[in-house]
Amino acid sequence: MPRGEHAGAEKGDRVGARSALRWGSITERQKQGGTLIGLLLLALVYPFLDEALRLQQFNLGMSTLVPIFFFVILALGLNIVVGFAGLLDLGYAAFYVIGAYTTALLTSPQSPLYESLRATPLVNFWVALALSVVMAALFGVLLGAPTLRLRGDYLAIVTLAFGEIVPRVFLNLPEYTKGAAGINPIAYPTFFGYQFTLDPTGARWWYYLILIIGLVSIFAIVRLRDSRLGRAWMAMREDELAAASMGIDLVKTKLLAFALGASFSGFAGSAYAAYLQVVSPDQFNFSISVIVLVMVILGGLGNIWGVILGGFIIGFFDNVLVRTINDWIRAAGAASGSPALREFNLEQYKFGIFGLALVLLMLLRPEGLVPSARRKAELHPETDQVLEQEDMLYELSGESLEPMERPRS
Amino acid sequence: MGNLVLLTNPSIVFETFLIGITNGAVIALIALGYTLVYGIIELINFAHGEVFMLGATVSLTLLAALGASAGWPAAQLTLALLLALLVAMVFCALLNAGIERLAYRRLRHAPRLAALISAIGVSFILQNVGLAWIGPNPQNFPDLLPSQNVFRDLLGIQSDINFKVKDLLVLLLTVPLMVGLQRFVATTRLGKAMRATAQDRDAAALMGIDINLTIALTFLLGGALAGSAGLLFGLYNGYAQWQIGFRAGLQAFTAAVLGGIGNISGAVLGAFLIGLIGAFSDLLIDQRWTQTVIFGILIIILVFRPSGLLGMQTPEKA
Repeated sequence: MPRGEHAGAEKGDRVGARSALRWGSITERQKQGGTLIGLLLLALVYPFLDEALRLQQFNLGMSTLVPIFFFVILALGLNIVVGFAGLLDLGYAAFYVIGAYTTALLTSPQSPLYESLRATPLVNFWVALALSVVMAALFGVLLGAPTLRLRGDYLAIVTLAFGEIVPRVFLNLPEYTKGAAGINPIAYPTFFGYQFTLDPTGARWWYYLILIIGLVSIFAIVRLRDSRLGRAWMAMREDELAAASMGIDLVKTKLLAFALGASFSGFAGSAYAAYLQVVSPDQFNFSISVIVLVMVILGGLGNIWGVILGGFIIGFFDNVLVRTINDWIRAAGAASGSPALREFNLEQYKFGIFGLALVLLMLLRPEGLVPSARRKAELHPETDQVLEQEDMLYELSGESLEPMERPRS
Repeated sequence: MGNLVLLTNPSIVFETFLIGITNGAVIALIALGYTLVYGIIELINFAHGEVFMLGATVSLTLLAALGASAGWPAAQLTLALLLALLVAMVFCALLNAGIERLAYRRLRHAPRLAALISAIGVSFILQNVGLAWIGPNPQNFPDLLPSQNVFRDLLGIQSDINFKVKDLLVLLLTVPLMVGLQRFVATTRLGKAMRATAQDRDAAALMGIDINLTIALTFLLGGALAGSAGLLFGLYNGYAQWQIGFRAGLQAFTAAVLGGIGNISGAVLGAFLIGLIGAFSDLLIDQRWTQTVIFGILIIILVFRPSGLLGMQTPEKA
């Protein structure tokens, strides 16, 4: 074992002992199942709670929750690339842009595609959604193919550059994309004649639509993780050489990680465009990619439930807490007569807070809030004697993005 | 591409060339910081662009506090500028070394991406420091450098080429810094320790080299150069803003990779090339595409020639 893991293990031991959230052993698995069912029920009745209790006054209404769900889906997709396959992708938002613009161009009556033909859009939202997913996956492969042999940090920079180029291209080609103005409106999804608009009843249906999309995504990703492909990703992440000698096709495996990760992003981009009814280049930049990355890392790289938790924490912070705290600060400023506090804008400092979170996580708890089973087995051999063999196999995750290696040895 | 006809005008071409060289000189100072750090601990110091940005910020604050203006007598003005240069260099050197101490040192034996993620975090924190410091809008730098035309006013040559004394000053200041760094690393004892640490950290430690000190020294040097670049950027472009670090940082990183990361002469060569490419892209394509062109070049080099123009083949082990 590389010596770095020893140091990390000792450090993690102290932190792990304090951790309230521990998953993996058999009894806790049952508890975990109960918690999940409880959360699901809560999610199902949430719209009624919202209406009964007027949660919107605390910034907690459905209109706050829907964007958070989108980000959780994005985080789940990024987790495939970063968490399972161990490829750091800093330009994840690029695929989101591609998905959003594909849907906008195909379905908006304002789309330059139709304006030039003087035609009305013929494409239904669902068809556009499918095509968006395909487009994003295609670009995932296009970006992935030439960059496969790069090592981790170079790959990160290539994806970052790609993520910066894509929105700029959309911005700089107004003939095809309407440039900075963006495209609006975009087709609403329809379901047997019902249209998911944004009026108050529509908001509830949007909520359920996204909830279903999210649950289907979670199911798909769990199945994916446990599949032969999922195990191949993790084997490759732990040791490429060993994985290749076990017969794993590295090229195919990496490309699939890129393509599937990208298609999740394209999917979320397409649906979010229909929800917001507008796409414009300034919605997507490096900071979006970083927010999603923080969600994945905070929750626990490679751990699906951890990523969901991380997604909700960051989403809640980003959409609810920042506003609430800002209101408090301004109220305090108004009360004390301090103009600096009264005009304070916490919103513009939130990325500094995300940055601080990244640094502290890397220093103190690189395995995230919900460490994976393998990590736990390493850290607490005496407390968890029984560890499901399967868990050992598929939850090889958490502590390392790639095996530690002295590069110039 | 209808602008290609501009290439037939020699004075426009020459002027663009000079702009490219001057921009390249500022980029080189930043790129050296990337290449030094990467050379020694194989970390892409993502926060380096932000250190540069804070260099511009601190010198702007100092010059404003001094009340420096172009109307000052030459001696007084020179003194103020030298003081600003010194302060910016010391500030950024300490900042960079402090970042290493707090955010990177403990991760030296962690997986490589852990340190990169930490660096991204630091970069966001520093952007916010810049934002809190001088606000969201670009702040004007006092216009302190003389702006006579070198060719027309000083040399008495009749030409349309717009090459100002301040452009010349940028070159006059950066070249000694770059040469000084090169000599420092090549000839001094500490430079030798840096090269040894870069080659094999354990063996260097066995030879009695203080690894922590050497790495801290590398960050100090890189930070000092970024600080000088910050002051020059501000004086040359006339403004500072919290966002300049991200863009300049990526350009400089591209330059370092183009030249061969870890290679000092390579970083300088790469920076001048990136400066020139940027200037000609502004002229021939369009300013709004320049950033895309540079990012495209970055991707192409990383994919097809990760070792850069002058770099040695680094092991592809990861």
